[in-house]
Amino acid sequence: MNKTNKVVDLEKVVIKFAGDSGDGMQLTGTQFTDTSALLGNDLATFPDYPAEIRAPQGTVAGVSGFQIHIGRIDINTPGDIADVLVAMNPAALKANKNWIKKGGTIIVNIDTFTKRDLDKAGYETSPLEDSSFEGYNIIQAPITKLTREALKDSGLDGKSIGRSKNMFALGVVYWMFNRPMEQTEKFLQKKFANNPEVVAANIKVMHAGYNFADTIEALPSSYTVLSANLKPGIYRNVMGNQAIAWGFLAAAERARKGLFLGSYPITPASDILHELAKHKNLGVKTFQAEDEIAGICSAIGASFAGSLAITTTSGPGLALKGEGLGLAIMAELPLVVVNVQRGGPSTGLPTKTEQSDLMQALYGRNGESPSVVLASSTPGNCFDWAYMSSKITLEHNTPVVLLSDGYLGNGAEPWKIKSTLDMPEIHPSIAIEGEEYQPYARNEKTLARKLALPGTKGLEHRLGGLEKEDITGNVSYDAENHEKMVGIRAEKIKRIANIIPNQEIFGEEKGDLLVVGWGGTHGSLYSVVDSLLKQGKKIALCQFNYINPLPKNTSEIFKQYKQIIVCELNSGQFANYLRINFQGTIFQQYNKIQGFPFTTIELESHFKTLLSK
Amino acid sequence: MEHLTNKDFTSDQEVKWCPGCGDYAILRAMQKALPDLERKKEEFVFISGIGCSSRFPYYMNTYGFHTIHGRAPAFATGVKLANPKLSVWQITGDGDALAIGGNHFIHALRRNIDINILLFNNEIYGLTKGQFSPTSKKGIKTKSNPHGTTDEPFSPSDLAIGAQGSFFARVVDTNPKLMQKIFTEAEEHRGTSLIEILQNCVIFNDKTFASITGKEVKQNAQLILENGKPMLFGPDLNKGIILNGFKLEVATVGENNVKEEDILIHNAHEQDQSLHTMLARMRPPEFPAALGVIRSVKRQTFDDGVLSQLEYEKENAKFRTVDELLKSGETWEIKS
Repeated sequence: MNKTNKVVDLEKVVIKFAGDSGDGMQLTGTQFTDTSALLGNDLATFPDYPAEIRAPQGTVAGVSGFQIHIGRIDINTPGDIADVLVAMNPAALKANKNWIKKGGTIIVNIDTFTKRDLDKAGYETSPLEDSSFEGYNIIQAPITKLTREALKDSGLDGKSIGRSKNMFALGVVYWMFNRPMEQTEKFLQKKFANNPEVVAANIKVMHAGYNFADTIEALPSSYTVLSANLKPGIYRNVMGNQAIAWGFLAAAERARKGLFLGSYPITPASDILHELAKHKNLGVKTFQAEDEIAGICSAIGASFAGSLAITTTSGPGLALKGEGLGLAIMAELPLVVVNVQRGGPSTGLPTKTEQSDLMQALYGRNGESPSVVLASSTPGNCFDWAYMSSKITLEHNTPVVLLSDGYLGNGAEPWKIKSTLDMPEIHPSIAIEGEEYQPYARNEKTLARKLALPGTKGLEHRLGGLEKEDITGNVSYDAENHEKMVGIRAEKIKRIANIIPNQEIFGEEKGDLLVVGWGGTHGSLYSVVDSLLKQGKKIALCQFNYINPLPKNTSEIFKQYKQIIVCELNSGQFANYLRINFQGTIFQQYNKIQGFPFTTIELESHFKTLLSK
Repeated sequence: MEHLTNKDFTSDQEVKWCPGCGDYAILRAMQKALPDLERKKEEFVFISGIGCSSRFPYYMNTYGFHTIHGRAPAFATGVKLANPKLSVWQITGDGDALAIGGNHFIHALRRNIDINILLFNNEIYGLTKGQFSPTSKKGIKTKSNPHGTTDEPFSPSDLAIGAQGSFFARVVDTNPKLMQKIFTEAEEHRGTSLIEILQNCVIFNDKTFASITGKEVKQNAQLILENGKPMLFGPDLNKGIILNGFKLEVATVGENNVKEEDILIHNAHEQDQSLHTMLARMRPPEFPAALGVIRSVKRQTFDDGVLSQLEYEKENAKFRTVDELLKSGETWEIKS
């Protein structure tokens, strides 16, 4: 298509698609993401949707959003506020009114600005007709009407026609950002392969949106975002949950183990189950259990029988798995428990992100039951941390809790495809037939015991949750043995610090302010520290992935800065954990518990205040 | 293959049940039954939950796992799926299986995972010292309900058959020969085999099954079912079960014109659950209690279903390695 308008080159742009939860905004956003990725943009995405599948139509509670940040520069967050907002109804506009840049572009489906929909959104009068959005570039697109018009001869029923509206909005945005539509056309042809009328209709509507944008004079220019300067290599888009699933597949293959997942559906972790369930061809066995407890217990059973066994869940599910996890610690069996954290307590905010399960992961069990805790920090590195969790659990025969969160799990970014051979070797600690075997004899260095797998001749033995006698593993109620075993289980975890790499920092090696984060806040903290470094500040970021044990050089790093601020999406759990481990060091806190990631604006302003002290 | 004996299945751990506990007889019967199965010793795995009965794996010289309360079916399911070649036995009690573990119990039966479940039913909590259980008779006075329970008890057979269990057998701890025979038949059945063992707790619920197992009454109070054979019992084997309308009745051959051919023939393989349910519900004094294999029907096992899907997917796969998966779908290259 020929562009009649001039094209403006942008460094980066944030676009948000918002509509009713049935409007297909997640699909629209994903399509824009995939197309942008293929053009070589760096990007990050953030879906934001209600817990209800179809919350009351037209209400603010039912608004589903998908934010995408694309750039030709390094992109680490989905962006604080949008440059462009697509609002499919008044509720979507209202829900996002504080999340759109002053003077930004808002594309509204003007056909929905009726009294009925305005009422549902809680507007007495149309915000487009008063001063609410003065100074914004509002494009009033009759999306419903033009979609109907485009499909009037399609033979589709009204409902199906209505469902195609999102493609009109996508077409408009494709025009605005000078993107080709081929990728989405291919996608539609594949998705609706059995229904050529629907394919044709969707493509037609998308083109109608594109042409509408090209024709109207409201858009003086279109924009382009050139490809980013990413490292050479083959790329693809990945979402965090998908990358976690692949990390486990890679680890199982390298460890020559069967992969077993015992899981119960829970938002926002279910996509890991969905992804692994697709890959039976790679030998993975997925078991959708009757509840969270059966999820972990089946995994422990599979681990006992020799699989790389994992269970996936979110906060409330981890609470239910506590007793099972304690058994795996006592029986010293390999197991990875993935917790894709969400807002809590209780059912909390199922679809929103939070980092409030740290204490639960570290301590949420009866007795002294230490567990390795790791945290992934970008959608892409979920792959690496699932892999490392598997390596540690199989080599040390003790469970690992891997913390991800809703933001990482559902977020996407371009990922430079790794080869499984890029990953370190995995050597499971297993006894073989003919070996002199004592179930609780240990490797001197790591204190890991060896497993003997059922089916191995001559190594029959019994495990259980009762306290174990040192070496033999027989049941023992002996007082001194118990104290000794509690000590061994703790020491075994501590010694993992000997094999993990040193903690790295980004920025100045000594300085005025050390920003400390862990897990999923990496993108926003990194962006702000990067920006402040460019402004000449003596600042650094120390983002932790190894939570328990902490890397050995941690205290050395902390000594190099005048101030330390621990930033996390909870009330200060990691800060308190560091206070236990590094008494005497002063840790300031920056906390947010709103179900959303940090914005770079709030962080930068807070760090600047600290630096000016 | 070398023939094993009961000694091969006896572990070096001291057995710590109360003297006179019914569990001893069950343990001995199991240790005698396993050699007859002609399997390698290392292929047996015993999984238990929590309770007196769940100490069982420690006394078997096989692979064993004493897990957590009520969850043994989930562990056993994981073991069997991970390595379907293993012979997996779950040991549980009425509290473990039917109270805290009720959910896992019915789902194992529903899926028909190929494991054997031994339900030691003594109608009481033993290890926690005598509280009523989900199978305790209504009105029983215990520490946790000194004025008598107001709970209706579960019937394990109703629960199992209702959950589409493909195999249900009942034995008594006073008949070791029958236990040994039924354990073997349970292992031979493909699917979840549930064996309810009426087991006496000498400390907290002594003689709760006396009306079935008592020496003086047992010949009239037990009907040992055999597939294809008439349902006859009594000291002279002249009493039998007949169907009158939709109800079972006890009749005596030779009395009231009842002939031997009027006595029902047991068919454990009948898919319809009605008669099996009625037989399993029979209780003295009106009826004898039915023992032996009451129901044993063919149904696809969960593990077979999972494995055949896996095999199909492997054969028809577009890719066979993780590296091929990582490179599948939309990719793009950034050149230096």
